[in-house]
Amino acid sequence: MSVAAATSVPRSKRDGLWRWWPVGIIALVVLVAILAPWLAPYDPNQQNLLGRLKPPGTVSRSFHYWLGSDELGRDLLSRVIHGARISLIVAFASVVLSGVVGTTLGMIAGYRRGWVEIAVMRVVDVFLSIPAILLAIITVAVLGPGIVNVIMVLALTRWPRYARIAYSQTLSVANMPYVRLSALMGAGAPRVLFRHVLPNIVGAISVVATLEFGLMILFEAGLSFLGLGVQPPTASWGAMLSTGRNYVATAWWVATLPGACLFVLVLAVNLTGDAVRDRLDPRHR
Amino acid sequence: MSERANPMLAIEGLTIEIDGNRIVDGVSLGVETGRILAIVGESGCGKSLTALSVLGLLPNAARVSAGSIRLGGRELTRLSEVELSEVRGNDAAIIFQEPVASLNPLMRVGEQVEEALLLHRGLSRAAAREEAIAIMARVGIPDPARRARQYPFELSGGMCQRIMIASALICRPSLLIADEPTTALDVTIQAQILDLMRRLRDEVGSAIVLITHDMGVVADLADDVCVMYGGRIVESGPVDAIFAEPSHPYTRLLLGTIPKLDGIRKTVLRTIEGMVPPAGAWPEGCRFRTRCPLADEACEQVPPAVAVGASHRAACWHVDRLEAMA
Repeated sequence: MSVAAATSVPRSKRDGLWRWWPVGIIALVVLVAILAPWLAPYDPNQQNLLGRLKPPGTVSRSFHYWLGSDELGRDLLSRVIHGARISLIVAFASVVLSGVVGTTLGMIAGYRRGWVEIAVMRVVDVFLSIPAILLAIITVAVLGPGIVNVIMVLALTRWPRYARIAYSQTLSVANMPYVRLSALMGAGAPRVLFRHVLPNIVGAISVVATLEFGLMILFEAGLSFLGLGVQPPTASWGAMLSTGRNYVATAWWVATLPGACLFVLVLAVNLTGDAVRDRLDPRHR
Repeated sequence: MSERANPMLAIEGLTIEIDGNRIVDGVSLGVETGRILAIVGESGCGKSLTALSVLGLLPNAARVSAGSIRLGGRELTRLSEVELSEVRGNDAAIIFQEPVASLNPLMRVGEQVEEALLLHRGLSRAAAREEAIAIMARVGIPDPARRARQYPFELSGGMCQRIMIASALICRPSLLIADEPTTALDVTIQAQILDLMRRLRDEVGSAIVLITHDMGVVADLADDVCVMYGGRIVESGPVDAIFAEPSHPYTRLLLGTIPKLDGIRKTVLRTIEGMVPPAGAWPEGCRFRTRCPLADEACEQVPPAVAVGASHRAACWHVDRLEAMA
């Protein structure tokens, strides 16, 4: 192919497909989470106290620990497979919930201005001034632990991030002539916000959301570690990471395995976020 | 102009305040169907605010404190937000000066042309698209069906301004406000756009309010002229009369600042001394008196608008002494 022909090929055709490999990773993790009962070789909660903290590949009684065992002799592979469910559900649900609430409030504050702006943004300031983990602990202490409550707590503590970003982005976009013009054409506030403002700020929001996604998995881990999140013996990557930390010096695999899974998933989500952001901009198509 | 029977747009004694300062002070004007009224003045003279107030979209701090705005006999200042949004884009539309920034970069231009139709006429998407392509063809966009699927960044500034005009005119508004429609365009494109606007005025039959500081555009396009200074109309009249016999010192100076091709060469280009004072720092009485060569004690009182010709008025105490100006 000549040089001229090569440069005229649209970007999407040139480097389109390989950019989407992170989506494959995410899909794989989702698939594993859905098929967990069939994929896991053992019951994730079945203990084997004689086979505690065995390195990967050990055979102990009826167990074959492909990826080692934890402090109660449970099969790590099975726990990682089952733990994917909790981590994914908590992270996705809390990101979506806090993202939708925060973005909506931030856009309204940035577009309406006046007392709405003052009310919303001061509440945001209050939320951001309270340490998130403290707020989470108090809320869980009141509501009680459990996966639904964890999601609610995370949404409650994280929405101000989105509100801040959405607010500042809306402030600049709302002053663009095309937004003012849309109102001058007779479009109501909801139409202006969702048709003109949201598409132009969604790039920034999605970057925040992908970063938050990783944080949410870690937050869930922290809450679970404090006994306020997913209750033992239920496996979640965060909880496994937290307990595995105690044995890093003697049994590296306990924390390393869920940690590696977490790392790959969060990386995949972040890269997907980048790709999505570029895809949303027609200039990059 | 305002003396004629039934103007499409009639503004009477419009006063707009920001923090207690009268940014627009007792402005009255009228435009008839099929005519173009130019509002001329320096930056900050209140011309854009006057135009925006027609559509009820003033900046947050500003409010209309007195006066009336009637569009086709309907009082606009007392309409609710919902009623106003019925008027916007339907009975009255606006074109901004930055055509590229006036288009949503993430929407295909066809969708943006359709928007007013979908909002006000409840057409189906397909029907709206057909009308959009038809009007895009009318404003001189070649291959409109293909262009409609493109994004603003794929079009030139002139093309974007044509798109803007198409989207403003698609509901056949009885009033079109053009806020410096050609300022951001280069001269050849400017001429094309002005041509287009003249043609559309005759075809669509809208009343057009043209906001500009470019006297060349005024001479080219307008039927009537309002010259504003410091939030007040200082002179108004038919375009020929204003250019032939400018009757307010400010208008005279403003016309004097245009370089002429047939004049004596190597003369220094005239300017108006000083700056427009910021709002709130305007002098009592005639607001131009601090920069006016004719100013004396009489100017400490607000001058009335006196008739100096047919439909031609000037708000100055010294209309009879204008010859004294260099």
